[in-house]
Amino acid sequence: MNLEKMKESFNKWKSDYNKKKDASKLRQKKFMSVSSYEPEPLYTPLDLEGFDYFEKLGIPGDYPFTRGVHNTLYREKLWTMRQFAGFGTAKQSNERYKYLLKNGQTGLSVAFHLPTLMGLDSDNPLSRGEIGKDGVAIDTLADMETLFDGIPLDRVSTSMTINAPAAILLAMYIAVAKKQGVAPEKLSGTIQNDILKEYIAQKTFIFPPEPSIKLIVDTIEYCSKHLPAWNTISISGYHIREAGATALQELAFTLIDGRTYVEAAIARGLDVNEFAPRLSFFFNSHNDFFEEVAKFRAARRIWAKLMKEKFGASSQRAQLMRFHTQTAGCSLTANQIENNIVRVTIQALAAVMGGTQSLHTNSMDEALALPTEKAVRIALRTQQIIANESGAANVIDPLGGSYYVEKLTDEMEKGVMDYFDRIDRMGGVLSAIDKGFFQSEISDAAFRYQREIEKNERIVVGVNSYCDGNNEKGGGEILKIDEKIEREQVASLTQLKKKRDNDKVKSSLERLKNDAKSGANVMYALIDCVEAYASLGEMCDVFREVYGVYEEPPMF
Amino acid sequence: MSEKIKVLIAKPGLDGHDRGAKVVARAFRDAGFEVIYTGLRQTPEQIVNAAIEEDVDAIGVSILSGAHNHCFSEIMNLLKHNSIDDIMVFGGGIIPEDDVAYLKSIGVAEVFGPGTPTDDTVKFVKANVRKGNE
Repeated sequence: MNLEKMKESFNKWKSDYNKKKDASKLRQKKFMSVSSYEPEPLYTPLDLEGFDYFEKLGIPGDYPFTRGVHNTLYREKLWTMRQFAGFGTAKQSNERYKYLLKNGQTGLSVAFHLPTLMGLDSDNPLSRGEIGKDGVAIDTLADMETLFDGIPLDRVSTSMTINAPAAILLAMYIAVAKKQGVAPEKLSGTIQNDILKEYIAQKTFIFPPEPSIKLIVDTIEYCSKHLPAWNTISISGYHIREAGATALQELAFTLIDGRTYVEAAIARGLDVNEFAPRLSFFFNSHNDFFEEVAKFRAARRIWAKLMKEKFGASSQRAQLMRFHTQTAGCSLTANQIENNIVRVTIQALAAVMGGTQSLHTNSMDEALALPTEKAVRIALRTQQIIANESGAANVIDPLGGSYYVEKLTDEMEKGVMDYFDRIDRMGGVLSAIDKGFFQSEISDAAFRYQREIEKNERIVVGVNSYCDGNNEKGGGEILKIDEKIEREQVASLTQLKKKRDNDKVKSSLERLKNDAKSGANVMYALIDCVEAYASLGEMCDVFREVYGVYEEPPMF
Repeated sequence: MSEKIKVLIAKPGLDGHDRGAKVVARAFRDAGFEVIYTGLRQTPEQIVNAAIEEDVDAIGVSILSGAHNHCFSEIMNLLKHNSIDDIMVFGGGIIPEDDVAYLKSIGVAEVFGPGTPTDDTVKFVKANVRKGNE
């Protein structure tokens, strides 16, 4: 490469470009990404001067894993197609899971209803109107037995989106497997178990941050002894992005959350080479294709460096970042919902180009309600078309070496490091949460995005432009949750609470309280409790009593 | 009518999706309204009590959990029970069309779905608030 010649021709191009810009010949005044980042109009070798291939990229499957965590990537095994689902009763969700498995889905992903996420039983007054609405209602082990009825837990991997009470749902899963005759070491799957992003973005917290992190370390410790194939945590940027963060903020906040968990596990005395391979991540994929691909690539590189250089992880498994991706729910429009299929396709392709390990594609009708079966099928088919027809899965990291993508990957990394410095100067993640730092960064970005749309600086098809067709009734049917589910769920819980051995429930809850107070690992007591059919609400009440509850100061 | 219009932005239900509530709260503030945000997971009782205590002109309810029919009807009942007819209630969130019709039938002034420009919401409230007093 003759750099002098490159500079000369670049300068000539730039001056021609600027002439047109100054004469207002360009379509827009500003060209910006979904995250309001303004890229250059052209990238050339000049942007990558001094680029060291092995330092920045490496071979796929090798440090720093920028090009992927696997040396064959999708040629050996496609990503896991994992559609998040759950609604109504355990029986209804069980039927949806069987439908998805029959249609070629390769892993399960459980959505719990809000009372379960908040550690409340279905018979709690606060649960009224919420039963089975945006996830499946799970109160006790009995519901969990129904949920996985006829699904062999040694042959599917199950991801459970559960945070504050994650340890309890994990205990239930272990107990169901035991009843199926499946040993814990055979279980594979994930609990989300990421409480920090709840304080930062999704707000499904129960207990204060410190005891919550203690519970997470309990599950990491327990799994490293008994469930070696279980992903103990899914450190999530998804919800941070959905709350309005930019791609860079999503990446930075997720990685610093991950760093915080690693520090906590090391403080417990756990070996980083042992527990780190079971940490997994979860990202959002939005519409700006290149920005997303750069984000995924930067994520792997930053994490690998952090694990190696800061925490001294020596095994490759402990350095590499595996992640799940979901397309951006917040990008879906309620108008002309069929257009969402196209958005999801772009986002899913970005996730694949970014080397994701598993993927959920949103259904077109999710800006209106929970998806119908048909909409879910189209979403799954979108992944299958990308996998089998697009050619995207043929080549590893096909965008590697693109001047733009490499430059953007570098800039993502630099931006993340700047955020790390700022957050560290505030005293770390917990203190930044206390100060409302993340929350205000995110609401600022969300508000800016909304204003850009309203001022027509940003075009969203069917929202502020191309609105012909907005009045057409989209999609037709939507999924409705029958109100009688609430009565049924409450009735069956009431019955179970009468029928079970209540002395055993009482003594197991007593043990849980003692263990929680003493600071022992609570997993063992939790398994006792769930096997005695103690309810989720009862176990969480013990934790509420011992740990207290967290309340967020309202701010906007 | 010269004093600022006072709006309570309320977040009932168990979900923590506060992006919409916060964006709308800021838009009202920027438009010169006095805005109170309740914070998360407020029961209908807490919302109505706050509205009475703060003497607001309107309550904007944001809910994405699916429990909208329950939450809105409780709020409307409590307002009626307290003989309050000068507080306008409007809402937003993931609310299917059929349910919007039901919510309007119980007295909710308007429901703003995803994609609604905040200006539309602000204009609507400006034009329709304090009708009970006139």
